Amino acid sequence: MSTRDITVRVNGAERHGEAEPRKLLSDFIRDDLGLTGTHVGCEHGVCGACTVLLNGDPVRSCLMFAVQANGAEIDTVEGLAPDADTLHPLQEKFQERHGLQCGFCTPGILLTARALLRENPHPGDTEIREWISGNLCRCTGYTNIVTAIREAAGLMSEEEAAAASAPRKD
Amino acid sequence: MKPAGFEYHDPTTLSEATALLGRLGEDARVLAGGQSLVPLMNFRLARPAHLVDLNRVAELDFLSVEGGQLRIGAMIRQRTLERSEDAAAGWPLLREAAGFIGHVQIRNRGTVGGSLAHAFPSAELPVAMVTLEAALVLQGEGGERTVGAEDFFLGTMTTTLEPGELLREVRVPAPAARRGASFQEVSRRYGDFALAGAAALVTLDRDGTVAGARLTLTGSAPIRARDAETAVMGEKPSEALFREAARRAVAGIEQDSDMHASADYRRRACEALARRALAEAAQRAAAAMEDSP
Amino acid sequence: MPYIGSSVKRIEDVPLLRGIGKYVGDIRRPGMVHAAVLRSTRAHARLAAIDASAALKLPGVVGVLTAADMPGLKTIPMRTGQIDGLERSQQTPIATDRVRYVGEPVAVLVARDRYVAEDALELVEVTYEELPVVTDAHAAMGPDAPRLHDAVPRNVPADFEVERGDVKRALAECDLVIEETFETQRHGAVPLETRGLVAEFDETNGMLTVWGPTKMTHTNWRILSELSGIPQSAIHFIEPAVGGGFGGRGEFYPEDFLIPFAAKHFRQPVCWIEDRSENLKALNQSREQTYRMRLGLRKDGTVLAMDAEILFDMGGYTRTHGGVPIVASSAMLRGPLRIENYHCHAYCVLTNKTPVGTYRSPGRYEANFVRERLLDMAAHRLGLDPAELRRRNMIRPEEMPYDHGKTPYHYTIYDSGDLPGQLEAALDHMGYEELQQRCTDARAEGRAMGVGIGCFVETSGIGPWEYARVEVGNNGGVVLYCGINSVGQGIATALSQIVADEMCVSIDDVRVVHGDTAKVPYGNGSNASRSTVMGGSAAVGACRKVKDKLLRLASAELEIDAGDLELADGRISAKGAPERSLDFAALARLALPGPALAQGFTPGISEEDFFATDKRPFPYGVHVVLVEVDRETGMIEILDYLVMEDVGRKINPMIVEGQMAGGLAQGIGGALLEEFAYDEDGQPQSTSFMDYLMPTAMDVPQGQFISTEDFPSPHNPLGVKGAGEGGITAAGAALANAVSNALGVEITRLPLKPGYLLELVDAKDKP
Repeated sequence: MSTRDITVRVNGAERHGEAEPRKLLSDFIRDDLGLTGTHVGCEHGVCGACTVLLNGDPVRSCLMFAVQANGAEIDTVEGLAPDADTLHPLQEKFQERHGLQCGFCTPGILLTARALLRENPHPGDTEIREWISGNLCRCTGYTNIVTAIREAAGLMSEEEAAAASAPRKD
Repeated sequence: MKPAGFEYHDPTTLSEATALLGRLGEDARVLAGGQSLVPLMNFRLARPAHLVDLNRVAELDFLSVEGGQLRIGAMIRQRTLERSEDAAAGWPLLREAAGFIGHVQIRNRGTVGGSLAHAFPSAELPVAMVTLEAALVLQGEGGERTVGAEDFFLGTMTTTLEPGELLREVRVPAPAARRGASFQEVSRRYGDFALAGAAALVTLDRDGTVAGARLTLTGSAPIRARDAETAVMGEKPSEALFREAARRAVAGIEQDSDMHASADYRRRACEALARRALAEAAQRAAAAMEDSP
Repeated sequence: MPYIGSSVKRIEDVPLLRGIGKYVGDIRRPGMVHAAVLRSTRAHARLAAIDASAALKLPGVVGVLTAADMPGLKTIPMRTGQIDGLERSQQTPIATDRVRYVGEPVAVLVARDRYVAEDALELVEVTYEELPVVTDAHAAMGPDAPRLHDAVPRNVPADFEVERGDVKRALAECDLVIEETFETQRHGAVPLETRGLVAEFDETNGMLTVWGPTKMTHTNWRILSELSGIPQSAIHFIEPAVGGGFGGRGEFYPEDFLIPFAAKHFRQPVCWIEDRSENLKALNQSREQTYRMRLGLRKDGTVLAMDAEILFDMGGYTRTHGGVPIVASSAMLRGPLRIENYHCHAYCVLTNKTPVGTYRSPGRYEANFVRERLLDMAAHRLGLDPAELRRRNMIRPEEMPYDHGKTPYHYTIYDSGDLPGQLEAALDHMGYEELQQRCTDARAEGRAMGVGIGCFVETSGIGPWEYARVEVGNNGGVVLYCGINSVGQGIATALSQIVADEMCVSIDDVRVVHGDTAKVPYGNGSNASRSTVMGGSAAVGACRKVKDKLLRLASAELEIDAGDLELADGRISAKGAPERSLDFAALARLALPGPALAQGFTPGISEEDFFATDKRPFPYGVHVVLVEVDRETGMIEILDYLVMEDVGRKINPMIVEGQMAGGLAQGIGGALLEEFAYDEDGQPQSTSFMDYLMPTAMDVPQGQFISTEDFPSPHNPLGVKGAGEGGITAAGAALANAVSNALGVEITRLPLKPGYLLELVDAKDKP
């Protein structure tokens, strides 16, 4: 079967690959790009483990063909933390609040939460639950995930406020 | 759960797309948001030889109000419709219905046209479009035709779309004054397809009586409840009126049984939701009247 | 400050949060190929022929394996739950001449990638000769039912009785006898990560390496050796990160033989990642039981007798845990109640459905639903408050340890606790009387609101033994090697806390190694809420031996009597003269063979210990829930939920309460949503997540989770009781009681589907 060239910008870096048209984006990310933090839990769009950000929006990578992402920007969990020694506030709060157990659903939930907090930096619990309702978690009962996201939102706005009030070096 | 192989086509213009569909006929399927088709392909329950991907056809990506009517390009994402202030201002039923579709990740990809053309039983947008008496513009290589939403849906995953045709646009007529809308549904789990649902539009006369009503129930295809609509015309909204209308709405309707609910349950739940939808729509119409009598 | 009792952050988390955790699906080996399993599409049929010739011609296909390629196939043995007779219905890893459920392995396809492997699956032609199908346990016991296994008459491979007192006589003396039949539906663990294995055979040294999640690495290691004939010394099992267990994960399944076999056969590393469609047909299912009950009481609410007949639907075969769920049901049906007269007849029944196994709180969740419902029904009939009826029958603290009498296959002497005290605490916390008033007020407005209680006793910490080795490394760090497994529950963190406290070191200086047969020689794994109880206790034993060695080494070096030395902050120092001290790194140097042998010491600082017991700790607790039900649609809204559980001693309260919250969500799924349904032909109806409904964040409440440690277990040095299951145990019970209360009906089966609730309301409205 013929393949197609695919170029995507993943976590800020341009990546190339080639794939049959039928290759799912989730498999392309995991197998061709080697980013196995994007998990595959159902391959029919219900569990949300494979959630990535496509041009900023959370989508199921198992319900897209890789070829469809050609030219797109993709964010995966590997790109969430600012560097190898620092966690993103969401990651920090997930650890502090025990928002994960087995960790399999976690990457998808982190990315959904990332998009939520961009759209609404101060979501209420119901809005948090609505957003993450597309990500099944079998371990936590969601309680601590909701708390972690709510507190990460607080932490992020504090950090932003601190950054805004810091003297500018220009 | 990997899809079978297929030939992939990604046209960038509408004419290219319709030419491909015309040439490939029944061997081709249109790929819109893919939120229903790709799962079917992953289960190998669908195995089209050719996929014509509309995601790069910019001509299908528009949402505008023109001459009072709402025009929705087939590739408008459900999330875009849900968040559109223009759509919400005149057609709040659409925002309410879209909010029931899956989850935010699904709505970010899923399209308005895809949902209508897929015609899955108890899907929200078909019910909403039938209620709104939307017109669907179907485009083939040879030209276009316009079909009323109610005539478009034939049954479970069956529509009047012919091989070689695609759904290009949805036109939703201008809203009447003093109109209220309500979309009600129940599902076993949040975000799933409805076990039962009802959409209602109620327009009130200046004296508060019902000047117009539309009611649609979920089913294998949307079920327009004309008896119920007639029953409330010219009447003062009341609990008793809507109870009787809801009873008429479900009289004799066909529903499916499966592991989640029996046909009887679906009928009963539709009845309750029809009553609630009519009552809420009437209430909202009354509120609209107070705002701008 | 001690680590035990503190909610320290989990050491597992950072890699998982960064997306660099390595689950089995993330393992890549050079030359690795991919397997797909061809599964029976028939529930009961003879395998007449399998023709794979077309599949073999497909480019990219490595090969096809069927039973014909595996001479001398043995059945997969039970590792536990053995009841005489069950061995007659064990399963071979691949169907030989007959299939007994949809999803049974028929062939294994190996190809360049999973896409091609699935293409090849479609090209294999299997000829089935259909046999009559039976899907209902009661029907399967009938004289005309098709027989699944020639050696098993009536499809009942085993049955047994539990007896205490004289039920017949006691029932005759009762003022009220309630007779009722209860059903719990088939559902199961369904972790978010499906099953998977990578196997590689190294021809140069004859070693077979297997990566895959298990809940008991060493058991699977032994079973693979027994089935394959490869000695354990030539098999290396490695446990990667694991995406959830809950009882379903990691038993020895057919694929645990087939994939290593394929790797050896084709001389290529083989990866198999189960897809969700397979998972919902092939993973152990659970919970399908039918109870015929009689509960006898005096007018004052005293329970005098309980008589039970339980049918346990096992599906098509006996799997690795044999009769564990039915054994637990029959033993724990009495739960927190003092019942002097008890009889239970339990039947294991085979049907043409996926075989079953355990799921979090196996047998107890079901039994709890039945008992707690019966208590509410009795309370209604006697005009007593449900809480009051429970108070009158609960085992009192002064009766502890409480012996339920001889129970076959199960230990039933409760160790410690104040059961009625916990009930009062839970009711006080929730404001039980105010809740009841709220329900009354709501009903006056025509709203159906109800409150439900579910009390439970869990079992945990099953033996018979666990292994630990503790060593002090060259940098002074402490490493624990332990025979438990991680299924995502945070056990490495809990064990690190125990070791850090015991060794007086920072938790950052502790590392835990588990799930690797090259590094840990023995183990019993993680099941039955045993890891902290058994692994933790073994770790304590090994630590104490290591401390002794450290003291002896230091004593020799410092020339101070060991009794005058003390261990603190990772050093051994002279009491009253802290400048005379040695840190662990220095002691490790003294333990190198040169100096150690010169001093007459065995080299190294490494000590093993086994913790063995035939007893179990019994955690216990209470669920209280407030619901509102839509009378017209049967939709249930959970307004508030409390789980309270005494776990003896909390190693990490955050993890304990996380287990409770996770258990509850699963319990809500089981009570309201999840179901493995089959049609009359044995075709499974729940083969996708569109039909197998696990709860979302919108379906479960925030909930309140309170763990207490009022009654440590006397059976282990830590005083812990396993904390993995109490969140789920009484969920079906409490929710069914609350919904019954809201609607004024008596629920007798789960799940609480909206249509079922409307039927109950109808039946009540037209008497």
